[in-house]
Amino acid sequence: MFRPQFLFIASSLLAVLMHNVTAGTDDYSVQKVTEGVFYHQGVHQDATAENIGAIANVGFIIGERCVAVIDSGGSYKEGELLYQALREQTDKPVCYVINTHVHPDHMLGNAAFSPEEPVFVGHEKLPAAMAAREDFFERAFSETLGKAYDGAEFIPPSQTVAVGEPVTLDLGNRELLLTAYTTAHTDHDLTVYDKQSETLWTGDLLFIDRIPALDGSINGWINNLEDLKTETVSYVVPGHGPAGSEQWQQGLEKQLSYLKTIREQIRQIIFDFGTIDDATSKVGVEMKDEWLLFEDYHRRNVTAAFVELEWE
Amino acid sequence: MFNRFIHILLVSLSLFAVAIPASHAATDKEPKWPALKTAYFGDREIRDNADDLLVLEAPKRAEDAAIVPISIQSLSPQNADQYIKNIHVIIDENPMPYSANFVLSPELGTVDISTRMRVDQYTYVRAIAEMNDGSLHMVSRFVKASGGCSAPAGKDAAAALARMGKMQIRMRQPTVGEPVQAQVIVSHPNYSGLQYDQKNRKYIPAHYVDDIDISYNNKTLIKVEAGISLSEDPSVRFTFTPSEPGKLKAVVHDSQEQEFSMEKDI
Repeated sequence: MFRPQFLFIASSLLAVLMHNVTAGTDDYSVQKVTEGVFYHQGVHQDATAENIGAIANVGFIIGERCVAVIDSGGSYKEGELLYQALREQTDKPVCYVINTHVHPDHMLGNAAFSPEEPVFVGHEKLPAAMAAREDFFERAFSETLGKAYDGAEFIPPSQTVAVGEPVTLDLGNRELLLTAYTTAHTDHDLTVYDKQSETLWTGDLLFIDRIPALDGSINGWINNLEDLKTETVSYVVPGHGPAGSEQWQQGLEKQLSYLKTIREQIRQIIFDFGTIDDATSKVGVEMKDEWLLFEDYHRRNVTAAFVELEWE
Repeated sequence: MFNRFIHILLVSLSLFAVAIPASHAATDKEPKWPALKTAYFGDREIRDNADDLLVLEAPKRAEDAAIVPISIQSLSPQNADQYIKNIHVIIDENPMPYSANFVLSPELGTVDISTRMRVDQYTYVRAIAEMNDGSLHMVSRFVKASGGCSAPAGKDAAAALARMGKMQIRMRQPTVGEPVQAQVIVSHPNYSGLQYDQKNRKYIPAHYVDDIDISYNNKTLIKVEAGISLSEDPSVRFTFTPSEPGKLKAVVHDSQEQEFSMEKDI
């Protein structure tokens, strides 16, 4: 039954797959977005022990005086690897660790930077969001990530950014503008804009290739994305997917279209007195080939949007 | 008649399919249940796999840990001689496993109830029907926890708090004498006592809906005694048959003695 060719193909595939998953630890590296801006692109998977939770985009911006880390990694282990990758680029101290929001893939590496005694920075609602999820994330992710989790700590921001009151951080002749948003992907999204290179770090306001995950407000997210569209930027680092100067506009339009499509279909089901189950089985299924990890997050997005739109 | 037969057949078949692994489930896969059973029901006998009486629908995987829809249907109609008096909902691994007690009137006619729960880890979800003769009948389903960043926390605490107490009674156009589906939703943060208040640097005391009374012409159809397992903005969807024109009323009470109510003319 098992022909040699098949076995060969299967074992080669396995080798490729294993290479990809171990790439998380052995070949961890950062890519340059533009002068002084580096990121590690997360894999499009759910967090596992093998990928050490390195599923989100994380990175740093180097100024004349010091460095700001933007999202610290999906595990303590990823935080360490990011720290090492940072040290290969610069000897300057890490003065800020900025968390774009509470999700584990963006902040479980915080403690790896503690030796630098950075100021941790986040949205004004990040401390509450962290406190509300800490027990749950600790239990779920220590199990999921295994050894890679060990050392992780939930470090809330000591400096916060309020909605409508952007904050400027100076890295030495390099200013970062931090903006806090009203509820969108979460109720505490924060973006970082590097004025010098015109790079916008969107956090999970923008997903490219990987399906967006709704943990805030579908209406709020759509509105905030419409505003983001009009920003003047040269480079974008999304929360997930490739960074650069070109793909982001198309990515943003695609994400807007996904959110608007499911919103319209859910509104119709609510109007017809349908249930969450009706919505999860019908809404947006035609878009399943357009997004990676669709099966893992789409029904959840529909569920979350449904209970929001019920109150319109 | 035929449709109903097919329906029961399909439901039985699908239950049969899930009942096999369930009946093989050794106690070590249900570690909490023996203790919970004793705590809530003492030494009373509970008939397991009561698929001839009850259908419990729950997703195999909790898509959103904070909003897991479940529905419970009875396969035999309620009448004064024989009816389901209570449905106890137990979620083994939740912080408060005893999640809801639906107290049902024989006048409800059909038992077809849906609600939304919080499920934050792999767990059995159980519906236990207590008949008017006191006998207990259980069906259970295993629900996997959601993956990724989904947590049983609220998505927008400020928004939930801002509209607290707002209610909706939703239904299709009702006809006297015909079964109609209705939904009662109340906006409430349903604080579990595990949420944090950043301004005051302390945990927010538990503040949740503990009672929903749904009546028609002042006769209670369903009374829900609930705890922190109910989702934010608790929802109860049910079927009833209005026998004459009248008022459908829902009164919601919470653990801080607040009361909200709404009514709708039929």
